[in-house]
Amino acid sequence: MKASDRKRLLREMIFYRRFEERTFEAYMERKVGGFLHLYSGQESVATGVLEVARPGHDYVITGYRDHVHAIKAGAPAREVMAELYGKETGSSKGRGGSMHIFDPSVNFMGGYALVGQPFPLAAGLALACKHKGTDQIAICFLGDGANNQGTFHETLNMASVWKLPVLFVCENNLYAIGTRIERSTAVTDQYKRVCGYDIPSSQHDGQDIDVVMGSAREAVNHVRSGKGPYFIEYLTYRYRGHSMSDSGAYRSKEEEKQWSKRDPIILFTDKLKDEGLIKDEDIKAMEKEIDDEIENDCIKFSEESPEPKVEDLHKYVLDDNPDPRWIGPLQNNEA
Amino acid sequence: MAEIAYWEAIRRAHEEELNNDPNVIVMGEDIGVAGGTYKATLGLYDTFGEQRIIDTPISENSFTGIAIGASMAGLRPIVEIMSINFALLALDTLINAAAKIRYMSGGRASCPLVMRTPGGTAHQLAAQHSARLARMFMSTSGLRVVTPRGPLDAYGMLKSAVRCNDPVIIIEHEQMYNLRGEVPDEETFRPLEGAEVVRQGKDITLIGYNYSVHLCLQAADKLAKDGIDAEVIDLRALKPLDRETIRRSVEKTHRVVIAEEDEAPVGVGAEIIAIINEDCFFALDAQPIRIHAADVPVPYNAKLEKAAIPNVDDVYQGALKAVGKI
Repeated sequence: MKASDRKRLLREMIFYRRFEERTFEAYMERKVGGFLHLYSGQESVATGVLEVARPGHDYVITGYRDHVHAIKAGAPAREVMAELYGKETGSSKGRGGSMHIFDPSVNFMGGYALVGQPFPLAAGLALACKHKGTDQIAICFLGDGANNQGTFHETLNMASVWKLPVLFVCENNLYAIGTRIERSTAVTDQYKRVCGYDIPSSQHDGQDIDVVMGSAREAVNHVRSGKGPYFIEYLTYRYRGHSMSDSGAYRSKEEEKQWSKRDPIILFTDKLKDEGLIKDEDIKAMEKEIDDEIENDCIKFSEESPEPKVEDLHKYVLDDNPDPRWIGPLQNNEA
Repeated sequence: MAEIAYWEAIRRAHEEELNNDPNVIVMGEDIGVAGGTYKATLGLYDTFGEQRIIDTPISENSFTGIAIGASMAGLRPIVEIMSINFALLALDTLINAAAKIRYMSGGRASCPLVMRTPGGTAHQLAAQHSARLARMFMSTSGLRVVTPRGPLDAYGMLKSAVRCNDPVIIIEHEQMYNLRGEVPDEETFRPLEGAEVVRQGKDITLIGYNYSVHLCLQAADKLAKDGIDAEVIDLRALKPLDRETIRRSVEKTHRVVIAEEDEAPVGVGAEIIAIINEDCFFALDAQPIRIHAADVPVPYNAKLEKAAIPNVDDVYQGALKAVGKI
């Protein structure tokens, strides 16, 4: 990987961290409503996997912790922020909010709030790729908690039987909302649970983006080559609670401290320093530039954008311009 | 113009739409090699192959979800759910996903999915194979719900549903698959909106949908012998509902009976009466009457099953009450 790409990746991960922490501030200022689920601590997973896939070409789908996946997939960050602000200029025109970022223009097919629901949707996107004979794949990012839904088992079975080009990425952050994995899940190594479906799977360190990229490249190649689905598990950790209403008090300080030593940004920064690619002052400058970008682009755009019009409340329920040949009205129907 | 069975009409619509658009696929349990529980997909597997006629495992929620995902990426899936009871397993993907994706994406994504499923009681299928549930789907924003009463609509509405850009639920009926009726030889589309006046009358309006339209038509014949001229409306589409046709008829006849095979609470009849109250309350000369199933799980015993479900005489008696003859 070129030095410029490694520096870009570091910048992206710092951007995602700062972006998420800025949404937290906006939430505290009540500029952002609803539920807000932050990705801080897990940046290396989405960044690394999508770096070796083809964002904009491949389909990407995930759960409600979706801001970073959307941006890395190609959604403009300012539109993601504007969506959190509920603005008409947002990714989903203010109708979806934090948990439902959509940008089909780059094949980012949404964030979903029903845990496990994206499994079959991802397999369906993959079915369409296979049907059309393209070299696209579908990538489904979900947490460990989603694997206790029936959709996990049902979808893995069908994806395997039909050899669908879908990559399941399990971000195992050890907690399903506030319940630790040992207390909810009989087999805690998630990649082992896939063996019943004859799908290749593997488990990796999710905090080291080089490990993520190396392992994801193999998985992506496997899926793209037509060999069927792949399930890849990354061990990772989220710093914040499940959402803003959750302080994360169920976790020990010791555990948090252990994981913070393996912060994906710190790990990668140290590597780039060792490789002589970056110095402390470069990082300072980078952080300043990122903060300026978030403030002067994302936040300013979101603050200044208009809200949806109340008279547009009923838009987008059904096709707003349906073809009368299929819809009606029924002819010759006088009472 | 040929007379064909309801199942043949559905099969023909499938075949034409599969020929018309390579992105049309069909999914469901036993629909391929086995030819379909109701023969609605008979022979399609041989013609179109396993890539397009997809036999699924018994995983309703996820194969419906797969169809939804495929529809978001440009395919036009037709999903058969073997019984509407089994559609309950797919409610998460249908109601939380398909019905909401267009809206929560601000119109940027859509789910042009068709789900066909038989609802209704047949012959002693008991509580877990006799659900009707139309009321549940019609209460969900973002879905279209249609209830073809005969071969023409079964054919023409399925064709329209495949072309339409919204998720469409087509509720068929276990007892109607062998019902025969005329369908034009040339390609025909029937609209997904609009109630149909299937019999003109001036004394009372009988409103039905799906199988209950036939109860209304037979009750109208009986009423005619008593000199009562009944108008019969087939709602055809439960979502969105055609309020205008209901209003026009009630303003003409001033009396109304609604026949539904489902239980009454929070049901189709309740909704129709609410609409009448809102749109034409002062046109009424008598209180509207609901004819509906008993509020019980459908029993197995044939005598009990019969007692639980409305029949022609129930509609007839309801109409006599509405016109003040009893």
